[in-house]
Amino acid sequence: MLRPIKVLIAKPGLDGHDRGAKVVSRALRDAGMEVIYTGLFQTPDEVVEAALQEDVDVLGLSILSGAHMTLIPRIMDLLKENKAEDILLVPGGTIVQKEEINELLAKGVPVVFGPDTPLEQIVTFIKENAKIA
Amino acid sequence: MAVNKLNPQGDEVQEIREEARRWETTTLQQFLAKKGERKTEFKTLSGLDRGRLYGPADVANLNYMEDLGYPGEYPYTRGVYPTMYRGQIWTHRQIAGFGTGEDTNERFRFLLAQGQTGLSVDFDFPTLVGYDSDHPRSEGEVGKVGVAIDSLPDMEALFAGIPLDQISTSMTINFPAPILYAMYLALADKRGIAWDKLAGTIQFDLLKEYIGQKSFVFPPRPSMKLIRDVFAFASKHTPRWNFINVSGYHTREAGSTAVQELAFTLGAGVHYVEEGIRAGLDVDQFAPRVSFFFNSQIDFFEEVAKFRAARRLWARLMKERFGAKKPESMRMRFHTQTAGASCTARQPLNNIIRTTIEAMAAVLGGTQSLHCNGYDEALSIPTEHAMQIALRTQQIIAEESGMGDIIDPLGGSYYIEHLTNQMEQEAMRYIEEIDQRGGYIQCIEDNYFQQEVADAAYAFQRSKESGDLIVVGVNKHTIEEELTMEIMTADPESARKQTERTKRLKETRDNLRVNQLLSDIKRAATSEENIVPIILDAVKAHATEGDIIQALKEVYGEYQEKPIF
Repeated sequence: MLRPIKVLIAKPGLDGHDRGAKVVSRALRDAGMEVIYTGLFQTPDEVVEAALQEDVDVLGLSILSGAHMTLIPRIMDLLKENKAEDILLVPGGTIVQKEEINELLAKGVPVVFGPDTPLEQIVTFIKENAKIA
Repeated sequence: MAVNKLNPQGDEVQEIREEARRWETTTLQQFLAKKGERKTEFKTLSGLDRGRLYGPADVANLNYMEDLGYPGEYPYTRGVYPTMYRGQIWTHRQIAGFGTGEDTNERFRFLLAQGQTGLSVDFDFPTLVGYDSDHPRSEGEVGKVGVAIDSLPDMEALFAGIPLDQISTSMTINFPAPILYAMYLALADKRGIAWDKLAGTIQFDLLKEYIGQKSFVFPPRPSMKLIRDVFAFASKHTPRWNFINVSGYHTREAGSTAVQELAFTLGAGVHYVEEGIRAGLDVDQFAPRVSFFFNSQIDFFEEVAKFRAARRLWARLMKERFGAKKPESMRMRFHTQTAGASCTARQPLNNIIRTTIEAMAAVLGGTQSLHCNGYDEALSIPTEHAMQIALRTQQIIAEESGMGDIIDPLGGSYYIEHLTNQMEQEAMRYIEEIDQRGGYIQCIEDNYFQQEVADAAYAFQRSKESGDLIVVGVNKHTIEEELTMEIMTADPESARKQTERTKRLKETRDNLRVNQLLSDIKRAATSEENIVPIILDAVKAHATEGDIIQALKEVYGEYQEKPIF
């Protein structure tokens, strides 16, 4: 039997909106995954350090502060520097502008989950795309 | 059938109950046998059972004078003023904030020109948690979802050309609230306006920050020194200033039920009153300036009942628990904002309708001021157009609908009275639970509220996913759609300008004096000395918000949340 998918849900930046991060964390746990939630106010360095330390398969980012175009690319760079690009990056939150979403996808973000995304869709995406060794 | 009064008493209630049973077993049953109801279970948005029909028997325990009374009199169930909106329409207070002080000032002027009657400031995340715009942690966040205010010159730009003695200003700021309040006073001094002319509100509800909104900075226990000092200073020097706005809004947005919003907010209110008394103040000296802030969600009746129950419960707590004597101490005044969490990203114009229903609940619930969300609430900070429609929503309710012409028009409705009662009782049970668990701060440290809210949020999401809870355009009546709306974004140039300005200010000010004042602040932070006058001197000397918060962090430490979900 395969081991459970291990997920870190992170709140980078100064954004205090944690409802979505917590609800998604719980849904992933209910779907059989092992979930760690960082809590609020994480710098990109802290997020990536935690992901490496916990050796996760998936890194979920919840951002509702409008700072996603600063935070997501920085986290991607840090993953690259640490040769951890196999971690599946799953950003969500108020990332709604077409140009920004396209820019993120072009940079290699596999998916962006905006507002009103059903939990089931997130669970399915992670199950289908997480690489568990 | 002998009973034909609206409010039967004694044996008559029994007779009504028998009539209700007769109706259920005959007329109703015969009808149900042919055609069932839409659902087997009807519930409110918060999960309370919703009966089919309410009648005199459901409100038989109410005593009109004790439980309802008259507007402007204890227990204020029907309203806090004798004439309510017949005398004065609620304040139209649309919140605004993005970019620099200059950018937001422009939005303020637009809103005022459109007929807005009060100002409300939304700050960016760095300002909310006490970092200046030039702090490394602020990068990418300056002016994004609120205005960036670091220093007194920023505050001057924010209120340029706005007569502080003629308009009331509300500031959504919590841990840095004493600093922003001091900046407002310093600005008044600069313009030669007496402090007793200033009307406004600082949110300064530190306790709810650990539950909702989550812009916490220091741990709760040492932070209460700031509460006591501001209460003591403000009740003496700024008689028209609401120095605390106990807020349920964010707790509700974080996913709580209506009852939890009510209970956790009034529970915090109880704690603040205790702090005021601890500061050596008489309860009637400061309680009249304690104000409140609630959410208005989409379940219309539940919200109306919540507002009415809030007033009654607060009046009773103030009188019975604290022995308040002044009517003003027992009279709960509150601001309302329609529910951001009820707004959807899909078919966003539907949010105008949701907001209208929520605004009506606030008005029929007797709010003192109101913010209606923009239809783009789920997507971004609002565009000018979205805010204009939001303001017009209030104006149509106020000036066309006639809803404000009669006081508490839903009072006396069997359902509303029954639900008001139920809300009050369930909230009171939570307040007793908080006492039993060792008080409000203990509950925060034990993650009690946080877990309650997380559980409610998850249950809510689950019922949305299962389709039990319908959200039009999201899980029913959906269409294929692409986002085509114009979205408000702050000019990135503003963030750069702001960061430069703060850097320059720090180079050109008298740093010797600033440092002296910062060490005075640290000294006062744990002494009996009131810290507010020193903060006032510091902001006048151009100490920044970040400087002062940093100084206080060195004394109080930083709060570390135990993350749960």
